[in-house]
Amino acid sequence: MTKAVPFWKDERKLAILFQAILLAAVVVVLLFLGYMASTNMAARNLKFSFGFLSEPADFQIYEGYTVAKEQGRWILRLYHPSDQVWQAMVTGFLNTLRVSFLGIVLTTVLGVLVGIGRLSSNWLVNRLSFAFVELIRNTPLLVQMVFWYLAVFLLLPPLRTAPRFHGLIVSNKGVLIPWPVPDASWATFAPYFYGGLGLWILFIVIRPFWKPPRWLYWLAPTALWGLGLILVGSLPLEWSVPQVQGFRVEGGMQLSPEFSSVLLALVLYTASYIAEIVRGAIQSLPKGQWEAPASLGLSYAQTLRLIILPQAMRIVIPPLGNQYLNLTKNSSLAIAIAFPEIMSVYETTVNQAGHSIEGILIVMAAYLSLSLFISALINWYNVKVALVGVAR
Amino acid sequence: MRKLLVLLAVLSLGVLGLAQQSRLDVVKQRGKLICGVNGGAPGFGFIDEKTGDYVGFDVDFCRAVAAAIFDDPTKVDFVPLNAKVRFNAIQTGKVDVVFRNTTVTTSRDSQLGVDFLPVNFYDGQGVMVKKSLGVKSVYDLKGATVCTNAGTTTEKNWTDVDRAHNLGTKLLTFDDFSKSMAGLESGRCDAVTTDKSGLVGWKAKSKDPESLVILPETLSKEPLAGFTFQNDSKWRDALTWIVYATMQAEEFGITQANLAEMMKSSNPGIRRFLGVESKLGEGLGLTNDFAARVIKHVGNYGEIYARHLGPDSPFFIPREGSLNALYTDGGLIYSPPFR
Repeated sequence: MTKAVPFWKDERKLAILFQAILLAAVVVVLLFLGYMASTNMAARNLKFSFGFLSEPADFQIYEGYTVAKEQGRWILRLYHPSDQVWQAMVTGFLNTLRVSFLGIVLTTVLGVLVGIGRLSSNWLVNRLSFAFVELIRNTPLLVQMVFWYLAVFLLLPPLRTAPRFHGLIVSNKGVLIPWPVPDASWATFAPYFYGGLGLWILFIVIRPFWKPPRWLYWLAPTALWGLGLILVGSLPLEWSVPQVQGFRVEGGMQLSPEFSSVLLALVLYTASYIAEIVRGAIQSLPKGQWEAPASLGLSYAQTLRLIILPQAMRIVIPPLGNQYLNLTKNSSLAIAIAFPEIMSVYETTVNQAGHSIEGILIVMAAYLSLSLFISALINWYNVKVALVGVAR
Repeated sequence: MRKLLVLLAVLSLGVLGLAQQSRLDVVKQRGKLICGVNGGAPGFGFIDEKTGDYVGFDVDFCRAVAAAIFDDPTKVDFVPLNAKVRFNAIQTGKVDVVFRNTTVTTSRDSQLGVDFLPVNFYDGQGVMVKKSLGVKSVYDLKGATVCTNAGTTTEKNWTDVDRAHNLGTKLLTFDDFSKSMAGLESGRCDAVTTDKSGLVGWKAKSKDPESLVILPETLSKEPLAGFTFQNDSKWRDALTWIVYATMQAEEFGITQANLAEMMKSSNPGIRRFLGVESKLGEGLGLTNDFAARVIKHVGNYGEIYARHLGPDSPFFIPREGSLNALYTDGGLIYSPPFR
């Protein structure tokens, strides 16, 4: 009979022991931090409570929507200072979402284009892409944001003297664009519109079980929309043209200088990183991937579209996800130029109502859930496009 | 594991120990005061472009505290704080006291874990616009874009004014008032709003002061005061009476110039105040001559005011007839008796 191995020599038991010690240490540190926070708060007469969320906010937010219950239904509407603090936080969060979502879409397009441009044999395109990447990547984002705001958007002409083309106004109070909005007949058209959309989503959802023929896929929703249009007799939309009334502008799509600067800075900055990721991915493909299509007589554009990019995108996706997360989190810098995203609303709230620890927990939870959502999407897509038998 | 426990025990003792010791003793041991100020409020707290030192009305109150404790007004480390982090700086103990044009309000006093010192400047919120706008009154600003600092009482006051008069304005809030001014100059902002004292300073510093006009209305009460930790009476008492000392000195007519003479005064009130024959200072944990030290190095309230906000300064805010005159002249500057 072999002698029992003492537990301090048993690797399996030791591994468990070390994990337990580590876990205990983490718990002790967390408890200690919590204890310090609570004693310090007690010493300063601060109470930990989320009650402030339902107090009236009483401060203005420049732009943004919030959710509210009106006539028994939850709707999205413009924020108003008489709303409650939690609704102000929602406004901030929706602004963060808006700038992040648009930013992610635009930066992907720009980043991929510049990344391809970095490898272009056209000297000018190549050098311009190179200059763009190096200039943008090597200066701090905050500096760029303030630059776009103070040195570009604020130097546009003031509203009174701003040039106008067909209703479009470019001024330092914002870029004001004529925009189609639903008119009175929209109510008649809406069931057909949402019906068509619903049908299309249904087709996508049931695809694993039944793949509708391609013509049905496109025809069914369009037919519903067409039917609705015929019933209404005209487009259920009208142009909302920005009108200057004194200090104010009514109508149209209004892009504030703050939003534009934040969006532009985030898009350019992130695109410079995405460009490098794309370039790296393309260069990591074996030379043969270029030579084979060339020998088959494919053009440069065809090679890129059919052979190179589909393979490169697979490599790109995980680091691309990181950049999306960075963009989302970097949007918190917008506070420097008065764009009311969640961090900015949080700081105002804390100054008016206190409760900074509770507030920052909410902000962290908001960013965390947004980041986890983006990660989940990216991971799902990564699995979907991965080579069969590699990622699964 | 035992080492870890010992370490934790030592740390917690340290934390508890800190909580029990008055900040006054901490400051004395450290040998210098750490004072939170405004880094960019002309006249109140800003950096002199020539000397590189912090100067201003609020800054002088930091110096007065250092003078009272150390008999040396230079024993101060200044920490520039923006409007948003000023309360956190006290809550976390990063600074000993803050003199940074801060309005006393109920919710700040009750919710933020700070205690306010005596009001040292009575201010009110005003609005500044470009002359070329042709606006004569705040109520002409219907639909205008108004800019101000994030996290200030001005934000809430303006919201109240806007809603009370149904102005339909939009409020843009920046982390720093210089950006509001950039907005005003470019036309992004139709108006800027903050305390009137601040507007005077920013107007003087702007590229073209003549093109700007401060509208006549005063929108709010803005009593400005320093603040420090809640529940540290010893430290707060000392600070409170240092602030009062500047006011009492003016009432007695004691100035930097005549201090030596006044030390020989036969007036028992003055002798008590200057610590010639009393132990008032010791009771506060200071020296008995703390008021004399303040006057020697910084001067009385009137001298501090004249230095930074008087007619010879670039940031002139008339004092006569305002709330900031001595109570004997019809103002609100009043010190409880030193006895």
